[in-house]
Amino acid sequence: MSSPASLVLDGVVAGYGGAPVLHGVSITAAAGTITAILGANGAGKTTLLRAIDGSVRPASGRIVLDGTELAGHRPEDVTRAGVGHVPEGQGVITELTVAENLQLGLLLRRRAERAAALEEIYQRYPVLADRRNRAAGTLSGGERQMLVIARALASAPRLLLLDEPSLGLAPKVVAGVLDLIKRLRDESNLTIILVEQNARSALAIADTGVVLNLGSVVATAPAAELAADDDLRRHYLGF
Amino acid sequence: MVEFLEFTLGGISAGLIYAAIALSLVLIWRGTRVLNYAQGAMAMLTSYIALLVINGTGSYWLGFAVALAAGLVIGAVVERIVVRQVTDKPPLNAVIVSIGLLIGIEGLAGVLFGGNNKSFPPAYSITGLSVGKVALGITRNDIFTAVAVLAAAGLLAVLFRYTSVGLRLRATAFNVNVARLLGVRVGRMLTLGWALAGLLGALAGMLVSPSTFLSPNSMDAIFVLGFTAAVIGGLESPVGAVAGGLILGVVLSYAGGYLGSEVVNLFGLAALLLVLMLRPSGLFSSAPTRRV
Repeated sequence: MSSPASLVLDGVVAGYGGAPVLHGVSITAAAGTITAILGANGAGKTTLLRAIDGSVRPASGRIVLDGTELAGHRPEDVTRAGVGHVPEGQGVITELTVAENLQLGLLLRRRAERAAALEEIYQRYPVLADRRNRAAGTLSGGERQMLVIARALASAPRLLLLDEPSLGLAPKVVAGVLDLIKRLRDESNLTIILVEQNARSALAIADTGVVLNLGSVVATAPAAELAADDDLRRHYLGF
Repeated sequence: MVEFLEFTLGGISAGLIYAAIALSLVLIWRGTRVLNYAQGAMAMLTSYIALLVINGTGSYWLGFAVALAAGLVIGAVVERIVVRQVTDKPPLNAVIVSIGLLIGIEGLAGVLFGGNNKSFPPAYSITGLSVGKVALGITRNDIFTAVAVLAAAGLLAVLFRYTSVGLRLRATAFNVNVARLLGVRVGRMLTLGWALAGLLGALAGMLVSPSTFLSPNSMDAIFVLGFTAAVIGGLESPVGAVAGGLILGVVLSYAGGYLGSEVVNLFGLAALLLVLMLRPSGLFSSAPTRRV
């Protein structure tokens, strides 16, 4: 019934220098599902993402993507192992054009595939095609987020990490971005990790919810169950 | 009128050498946010290496090629061994390290090659060209200088704009964290940026040494002017660096020609001050002014 685990975190302890921020976090995410990582500010959501993407080296624990150990590798090598990124905030390189941003995402593909893959992206996202020669800095917030997601997918990742994709966007635009993420899940076998401050909308599209508090997992459950758990919601998610 | 033409052409030729130094400083600044005070000293070192090869083999062009190759290697080695230690440290560390490098390289050159001025051969004749009876104030070697710098700048522009290595280099320069997350091996890109800057510096050394003679600190003055050109251009912009070099070269040439050579350095500093007062971020930078 459930598809096999794609990303497995096992007892991950990580932090910056002194005391660890994450105290033995274990998470299992299945291929073709969205796992929402929720929690208040300072719960360790960003540190968790950084441990997965390689910018923070875990002190102990394992991070395994489809059998490949990611822990302890540099960010560029984690990306090359099949991880796509939608970083928080300034995710586009504003000085480069839309086309150049996408070409960067395509660099991990074989040279012969790149042109066709770029055309495919343009067909999928006509807005980006129209703006291809404009500096990415001239795009609106929603368009930027679309560009960053398209760029992350350009490298044909197996795992997609989204860091607060709704941050700073107008509510209507947020709905569009979340819808886009949901479609990605439905159309591919991508494993998606979604870190969101906005727990209500994240749970609306996620399959599984993981609630972090003070660097530990306090709940892991199907998203609908979490959304229905009044105590937990009030206590940790604030809605 | 003839004088004016003479000063203009001479200024352009000198300005292009400042432009080469400025361009190398911009490359390094954009990639690693380090102002490399040792850029001139590195070019001096490669010029000495070229002189050894030229005197040993009798071939100017072999020396020229060896100098450029040495520039590439020295740039890469300096980034790997020295600069990498100060990334992610306060900016002052990089300043001190690059000044230390300047003093170290000049001291080393003094020990290895002696402190006296050595004459340096030009690529082509340095007798003045003329049209009919009118002297143009430039030489065949000046034309070579202009062609060499413009060709190097053109090749760099093509590399940056039209190749995937160039795209990786720019991505690293603009946003190192995002570049890394996209799988760009940023360490290699930073090394490559320094290597290319080393090559440009070596080219500038080859072009300027015939007129300044070669000594352990013979590149100091050229470095200051190249630095000024880079600041005029805004430190961020390769086009600005070339334009800054040309503007500075021509202004200094007029100043020296019409007012006397003793005011040249004064005008260089005045140009720098004027630009910094009127447009602190440089003439060609789109970056917002840093607020204090």
